[in-house]
Order: sequence, then structure tokens, then C-alpha cells
Amino acid sequence: MAELRQIAFYGKGGIGKSTTSQNTLAAMAHYFGKKILIVGCDPKADSTRLILHEKAQCTIMQLASEAGTVEDLELDDVCKPGAAEFDPANTDITDGFIMCAESGGPEPGVGCAGRGVITAINFLEEEGAYDQDLDFVSYDVLGDVVCGGFAMPIREGKAQEIYIVMSGEMMAMYAANNISKGILKYANTGGVRLAGLICNARMTDREYDLAKHLAEQIGTQLIHFVPRSNHVQRAELRRMTVVEFADKTDQAFEYKELARKIIANDLKVIPKPLEMDDLEALLMEYGLEEEVEADAIGKKATA
Amino acid sequence: MTTQTLQSQQEAAIEEILEAYPEKAKKSRAKHLGVDAPEGVKGACDATKSNKQTVPGVMSQRGCAYAGSKGVVWGPVKDMIHISHGPIGCGQYSRAGRRNYYIGTTGIDTYVTMNFSTDYNEKDIVFGGDKKLKAALSEIDGLFPLNNGISIQSECPIGLIGDDIQAVAKAYKKDSGKPTVAVSCEGFRGVSQSLGHHIANDMIRDEVLPDNSYKKDFESTPYDVAIIGDYNIGGDAWSSRILLEEMGLRVIAQWSGDTTYKELTMAPKAKLNLLHCYRSMNYVVRHMEQEFGVPWIEYNFFGPTKTTESLRKIAACFDESVQAKTEAVIAKYTAMTDKVIAKYRPKLEGKTVMLYVGGLRPRHVIGAYEDLGMVIIGTGYEFGHGDDYKRTKDELVGTTLIYDDVNEYELEKFVQKLKPDLVASGVKEKYVFQKMGLPFRQMHSWDYSGPYHGYDAFAIFAKDMDLAMNSPVWAHTKAPWESN
Repeated sequence: MAELRQIAFYGKGGIGKSTTSQNTLAAMAHYFGKKILIVGCDPKADSTRLILHEKAQCTIMQLASEAGTVEDLELDDVCKPGAAEFDPANTDITDGFIMCAESGGPEPGVGCAGRGVITAINFLEEEGAYDQDLDFVSYDVLGDVVCGGFAMPIREGKAQEIYIVMSGEMMAMYAANNISKGILKYANTGGVRLAGLICNARMTDREYDLAKHLAEQIGTQLIHFVPRSNHVQRAELRRMTVVEFADKTDQAFEYKELARKIIANDLKVIPKPLEMDDLEALLMEYGLEEEVEADAIGKKATA
Repeated sequence: MTTQTLQSQQEAAIEEILEAYPEKAKKSRAKHLGVDAPEGVKGACDATKSNKQTVPGVMSQRGCAYAGSKGVVWGPVKDMIHISHGPIGCGQYSRAGRRNYYIGTTGIDTYVTMNFSTDYNEKDIVFGGDKKLKAALSEIDGLFPLNNGISIQSECPIGLIGDDIQAVAKAYKKDSGKPTVAVSCEGFRGVSQSLGHHIANDMIRDEVLPDNSYKKDFESTPYDVAIIGDYNIGGDAWSSRILLEEMGLRVIAQWSGDTTYKELTMAPKAKLNLLHCYRSMNYVVRHMEQEFGVPWIEYNFFGPTKTTESLRKIAACFDESVQAKTEAVIAKYTAMTDKVIAKYRPKLEGKTVMLYVGGLRPRHVIGAYEDLGMVIIGTGYEFGHGDDYKRTKDELVGTTLIYDDVNEYELEKFVQKLKPDLVASGVKEKYVFQKMGLPFRQMHSWDYSGPYHGYDAFAIFAKDMDLAMNSPVWAHTKAPWESN
């Protein structure tokens, strides 16, 4: 068995992280027979639904809350095998499988979601979830590296490869740059590296060029440009990945290609995040921001 | 020892102590140490930096904002239940509070020595503890129906995760009709317990003083006063109020030793607020002055000299009948305290003392020692501010070492250098100095003795100091193999 690789998907909220990560991981299992554990690190708990064909998985924190403490839980309670072909017991299509766990957390506006992630990951490690016969552990992390809890997956001994899901929009680029800063912070103490940007295309103007350019500036690669396709949405309505729903479609092959690249990826770098001014200059160059004279800053629009 | 040599000895001690520090710590600590004397213009009492963050890496004797609010200001309010909101440790280790004496049946109508906590666990951190807090409030009222209100004392995690305790308190107050006060006194706020006092004062100002429900039936007299900033350690407030009552005054509230919610709401009805612990309650007396027009004065009931001075100062705010009674009170008790002095002073005369305490005591107890002929050669505040040090100047007797937020290394060194006959500080210092063979008195808790406020209490104070200093045990502390 090859050494366990721990990877993580970060990116701005609403960018399509969970969809991209589940489709990619499904492709890794479906086409390449990889054995995977998904650890959802988002209170919304939507990082595993397409694999499980469920609305939302029962989360570690939710179960811990019902049982009293996290120590009262068993690994089997929280770690579920994927549905159909992703179940380890089902080897009709592939020997690969996907196990699913969700950290869970509070409803919006209360408590500490970051602490929930820390508690959940510690529990999985202590209970030996990573000791199984696995090729990959994949963390799907909410939004930005907003606090210590959401940096948990990139701390020492956790994910070594970070994939940032982004698109050619301004805020997605800001977020990608910020996440790079988070990685940089931990890169020197632990082994975490930036492994590439994944552009989940919005089909904006010059999106590919911009994403590629940003990747180069940060010191990494644009590992794949995933085009937009209605197949993704049609599959999602059935709580499935495109890979499982229609594995002969072009879109499924896009994910297959991304999966292949990740499996073969050996470009793992310490990122060089851009200064704010450089990032704005880049966005202006690609027309995402208008050129604004210094004396126009803070001025209202003239009627 | 002449003044000159004592002063140069004190200055040399500071120099030597600072030498041990790295440059940055040395620079910072130098501003907190100095020497001052009653005469002269600008000494350490003017220049000392205070209320600053403790140097990391040293052992500080300070507490936290939660300690200041729950432990000092709110905790003694006896008919309210004070629930520590957070993990169990803070509540458990502050259980029973200080030695705030009170009258009442504990667990029935008074609750000071009991421990209430929401016992926060990991899942409460993740999901928030608002629901648990709400359930705890209902449970309190179910189990202890005679309580007259609840205060919620926040521990650190509450501020970190942003539990909205103010909203919970507001909703519960509306439902139950009982006073419910949420105090955001998270321990990480500020540099010491001092901010906790301030936050606690502000909550009394906002949530208690506007409650007029008891005020309408109140019949005022021209002699109504409130004792503010006496926590009734070992009965201090009781031995104070008997003097005020004998003067012809009526004490309508005691804040907050042996006090009730009702008394808290009544203080604005006083004609004069009498402030003992300036540090922990000056905020709320200033507010009462502005909002309700209640003037306030500071007083000092440690030792007969200061007590007499204070009684006359208080009496001067009232009419001649009070002043006449006051003179009678002074005459009556002075006869007694003179006997105490005659008995103990010869045994204690000329002995030197180093103090390190909090609140008002670093300056207020100097007079009591002086009455016994003892000399303070060093004093300092755990969490004092500039106004405390300025007030200290008036109390100094001789040249005095001033140390702010002194740490265990510095205090130990100062004691070794200046060799006082008595160290008076807290429980954390007690055994360090006793093991050095030095007499020691705890001046936070009165070493399980007290009261120390007022004339009667002076007899206890004098006896305690004599016991500490002149105990036969000191003749047996030298090991047989040690020569002189």
C-alpha cells in the first residue's frame, strides 16, 4: 500500500468546493480505484451528500452532543461508507471506495464552529479512522482560514497538499490569496504545501488566463480548469456526482482528468501570496477592476 | 537605622533586582519600582506606572476580571445567586468566595458560600451555551425559590465564542420578573481584576440602580448613609456600622458585604455615600453623585487614629447633634484603644513591616501599624491605578519602597535586602516568607481572623500582629548546627 496522502480543498464560500471535491474524489475512486476518507469540515455538513446519496450526514458534533461527549462515540457511528459503488463492500465497478465523516457544528450565529472541527478531527485520529487501508484522506473546509479551527486541517501531521477551488471573480481571487497566507503561516512549522488552484469556471471573460496568471504569481499551478456543465446540476438534484450519474459524459472526463493530475501531482510549493496592491493590479490588468485614479477613492458616483 | 541609609538601601535593592532582568523587562519593571517619602514633591507615588500588563514569565499575584466581578463585587450579595457561566474550574476554585460574612440560612435565603456553574463542556463551546444557561436559570429558581435575583458571571470562553448572555438575561428577566444581570467579565479582559470591578460596577449602574420598586415606600431621614466598598471580611462592615449608628447615622445599605439586592437598589437614597475601598467601587459612587446627587467621601477605619479622623470627617457632613455624639463615641472607644496600645505597643515598637496587598489596604493599613509603633518600609498594589499611588503619598510615614504589581522574585529579594520584621501580604506569599523564618500575616483574609475595621477590631488587629511577631516559635527556628 502506498503512503497515505492527506489533501484538503479550501476556497471561498459558494464557489463550488463541495461539488468539485466530491466529483473529483468520486473520479479518483471510480476510474483509479483509490481508497478515500472524506472529512467534511463545515457546519453545513454538505461535503459528503453526493457520495452518500443523503440530504446531510449525521455529524460527529451532533452525535457527540446527543451522546453527552465525543468520548461516548464509536468510529462506526460517525464514519459511513459511501453509497452504491463507493461502498467498500461493492466492488462491481471499482475496488476503490469512499468513507465519509462530517465534523458538523453549530447553527449560524452561535458557538464555535472552529472548535467543532478541532474536536472532530482529533476524535477521528484517536479512533484510528486514518489507520484503515486508505490512499487518501480529504478535508473539505468551509471558506477561508478564518480562525485556528479552520486551520486545523493544515497543521502539522494533517493535510500536506492543499487545493484551492476558485473562479475568475474578484472575491474568489482574494480568498485564494488569503488561503495562501494561511498555508504560508503553517508551511515552515509543518509540512503543508500548496498543490494547485482548481478553477471552477464561471465563464467570465479571460477567466482561464487570469486563473493561470494568479497561480503563477503565487508560485503554483492551475492544475485544472473545470468548465461549467448542466450535467453537474442534474446529478446534484439526484444527490449524485456526475461521475456516478453519467460516467461517459465530457464533464465526468473533466473530473477524471483532474483526478489523474492530483494522483500524479508532485508540484507542491510554499506559496508566495501577493500583496494587496499587486493583487489589485492583476485584477485591473485582466479587467476585473476598473483603473481608478488615486483622487477618486472614496468619492460617490456623479449623477 | 537613619533615614538616609534606609533610603539608599532601598534604592540599592531596586538597582540590584533590576540587574537580573533582560533589557526589555528591566526597562518596563523599572517604571513600577521606586522610593518615596512623606516630604518632598515628586517621588515614586507620583511617578510609578501602574495598571499595566504583567511582565510575562514572572509569577504575578494578580487575579482576572472574572475574579474582580464575581469574587469581589457581586459574590458577597447574599440573596442573589451568582452563576459562573463557563467550564467548572473558575467556579469551583472561587467557591465560597472570600471571607464575606453574612447573616442568613445558606441554601434557603442566602447563597454566598455555594457554587453555581453552568459546567461548560466541549459541546457547549461548539454549539454555544445559551440554551444551557437558560435551563440553569430556571433550575435555580426551581431549587431556590427565595432568591432575589441572579447574576451571570462570564468566564473566558463565553467571550471567545460570543454567547449572547445579555439576551438570555433580558429574556429571562422578562419571563420570571426577577432581576437577572449578565456580567461580561471574561478573564482575559484587562490586565488584572481591576477591570472586573469596573465592569461589575457598570452592571450595577445599568441593571440595579434603575430599579425603583423598593424606593417608593422608603422613608428618608437626614442621617441616611451607605457604606460602599466594604466586603465584610471577617465582619468588617459590622464593626464599622456600629460606630456609624452610635454617631446617630442610619446605614441604609452596605455594599457589598452582607448585602441584599434591595440594599443595592436603595443606596441612591443615602444622603452621603461612605467609600472605603476606593479602587473597587469609586466608579459607581461617582455615578450616584452625577445621577442621583449623592455626595461621597472616602474614609479609613484601620487603627484608632485613622478611625477617629474619619469619624470626624464624616460627622462634619452632618449637624451638630451628630458631631456631639461622634465626640462621645470617640471618647468612649479611645479609652479602650489606649489600653490596647499600652499593652501591645511596647512589644511592637520600632518593628518594620513590608506590605503587598490589593484594593485600599496598601495605604489604609499603614495608620493601624503606626498606632502600634510599627514602621512601614515598603508597600505596593497588586492592581492599583495612578490615583491609588497619589493617595498613598499622604499615608507614608517614613521613606518607603513602592512596588507595583511586584512579582515573587522581586518581593522575595526586597525582603531579603531590607529584612523587615513582618511581611503582610496574601496566601500565595505566606509560606514563602514563613519558611524564610519571617513572621507573616495575611492581609487579604485577615488570616482567618478579623474584623480589622473600627475600634473594637483594632484590639484584634493588635493581638494578631503580636501573635505573629512574638510567638515563642521563632525561638525554635534555628537549626542546631547553625551558628549565630
